[in-house]
Amino acid sequence: MEGLLFLTFATIAVLCALNLVLQTHPISSALSLIGVLGSIAVLYLLLGGEFIAAVQLIVYAGAIMVLFVFVIMLLNTGAEKQPTRKIVVTWISLPLLFTFIALAAMLIAQQVPKTEVVTFGGFSGGTTLSVGRSLFTQYLLPFEVTSILILIAILGAVVLARKEI
Amino acid sequence: MPGNYMPSAAELFRFSPELLLTAAGTLLMIFEAITSPKQKRSLPVFAFLSLLAALALAVAASSDPGPAFNRMLQVDGFATFFRVLVMAIGAVTILISTNYLKQAEHEGGEFYSLVLFSVVGQCLMATANELIMIFIGIEVSSIATYVLAGYLRDDKRNNEAALKYFLLGSFATAFLLYGVAWIYGTTGTTNLSGVRGVLLDPQNAPNAILISVALGLVLVGLLFKVSAVPFQSWAPDVYQGAPAPVTAFMATGPKAAAFAAFLRITMWAFEPVKNHWIPVLWFTAIATMIVGNFAALRQSNVKRLLAYSSIAHAGYVLVALTAASKTGTEAAMFYMVSYAAMNLGAFAVIAHVARKGERRVEIDDFAGLGNRQPLTAAIFTVFLLSLIGVPLTGGFFAKFYVFKAALDSQLIALTIVGLLNSAVAAFYYLRLIVIMYMQPAPEGVDTLPEPSLGIRTALVACSLATVVLGVFPSLVLDIAGRGASFIR
Repeated sequence: MEGLLFLTFATIAVLCALNLVLQTHPISSALSLIGVLGSIAVLYLLLGGEFIAAVQLIVYAGAIMVLFVFVIMLLNTGAEKQPTRKIVVTWISLPLLFTFIALAAMLIAQQVPKTEVVTFGGFSGGTTLSVGRSLFTQYLLPFEVTSILILIAILGAVVLARKEI
Repeated sequence: MPGNYMPSAAELFRFSPELLLTAAGTLLMIFEAITSPKQKRSLPVFAFLSLLAALALAVAASSDPGPAFNRMLQVDGFATFFRVLVMAIGAVTILISTNYLKQAEHEGGEFYSLVLFSVVGQCLMATANELIMIFIGIEVSSIATYVLAGYLRDDKRNNEAALKYFLLGSFATAFLLYGVAWIYGTTGTTNLSGVRGVLLDPQNAPNAILISVALGLVLVGLLFKVSAVPFQSWAPDVYQGAPAPVTAFMATGPKAAAFAAFLRITMWAFEPVKNHWIPVLWFTAIATMIVGNFAALRQSNVKRLLAYSSIAHAGYVLVALTAASKTGTEAAMFYMVSYAAMNLGAFAVIAHVARKGERRVEIDDFAGLGNRQPLTAAIFTVFLLSLIGVPLTGGFFAKFYVFKAALDSQLIALTIVGLLNSAVAAFYYLRLIVIMYMQPAPEGVDTLPEPSLGIRTALVACSLATVVLGVFPSLVLDIAGRGASFIR
């Protein structure tokens, strides 16, 4: 059952990712990105990362995608103009890409014995309770320092974007 | 795992310099909003004083070394060394920038606030004992620097610099973060001491190939931050386009902090697998020195010239890292101090000569400086001689210790390439000195005003530091030696 779900959503994720790159219109690409993010959320859920799956949906598929679409609409971008690609580039890059993927797959299959492969349902630390607990005890400092990061981002946006000096 | 967590007073004290700087940075933002234009003149003074106070706190905190916040931070001699260094760099940056911002009619509390926050990030990088902490420190420091690089937003060169730095920097940080994920996947921890423990344990040593890929990804991120070849292409454009005081800051502060994190990761966490990373650094060090020095030969813009020179200097520090020894670490720490002193000084002179709108940044604009302002020219000569590595300057002992450490580790080829490169470097620094003293000022050049109080103070401080490091190097080397004691 889990294996079937994994295969289904992994395939959807890869297909959507391919579509994201191949589409010429930015809105179509943005919609495929939602597909990628959503199916990855399901993969997180299968691994027991309940909290991260929910956050993935709310933050990425929700908030960040809305921002993307807003920017695309505000800039009023149409379909991108395809630069004339040299045939040599395609002939070199595609085999290289496949070789890279094959090598990576081989390496992982060789280096990680089957027994170590993740078991579905074997991990139970992904609940909101356990994430919250480690966030406020073990990882309190990184969590708090992130607020400085956000403060700088706001300050930077104000400095670079306001009208009068 | 405990249900609640309260940091102890000792832990808060170890973290107090960062707390103070964060509070000061936030206060500056409030002051900027509520003060009158006349009162705003005291904002840089406030920022400068808070940096000095934080520096004093960092020195005080070193009396009680130890971990803080569940081993997220490790406050020891090494951390204190780099903390004090980046805070001093921040203070000098403020001295250089006040007059520059006044000329550009862009004074504002935000500038100083961003400098303080960036220094907080750099302090975190220096103290971090945890990859997540290093990542957040790098981000805090970088994002503040991206904004500073584009601070004069009506200037097209600033916009270009900020955008290039931001895009390439984010790309490099993604590599670093991916590497951290790999390290967690292979070792089960992101704590540097924890990673070291796993790597030392022969029973369940992680897969060598996986750990190499993980470390490789982290190294990509770090090598980008120190602008080493092949990740150096951003540095000349960004250094040239950013405001001169910001370039001074970027070339020294974030670089010193990145080397601090670099040293902790390679010399401590991944020291057990050093045979994996020494060849990588060996190659990078040679490529960085050669590319930096030979590209600098052909530059006509002084800021761009110093950008390539700073790439070359990163190469010398990488030689010290390749030595992978305690002497190598001490040499790298000493190098960062003397590099910071001479580079801040050189950029202070450039900020002074460039004037409003940075119109005078070509090498020929320095012609006749020896006659027009003999004192400024003399001080600039000190910095340039130190960058060459002439005896009696900090640059000499910095190079001396680096090559000594390399020879101790039998890196003979690397030492020879480094020495030959120093000779090449002498050519382009000397060319600048010759133009300053031998060529007359071009006809109809506008008079150069006296340097402002801030620039004067910065120049005196940097030249004093350069000379003191060149005459009494043991003052700093001893502290570096105590700081590097975590290396067995």
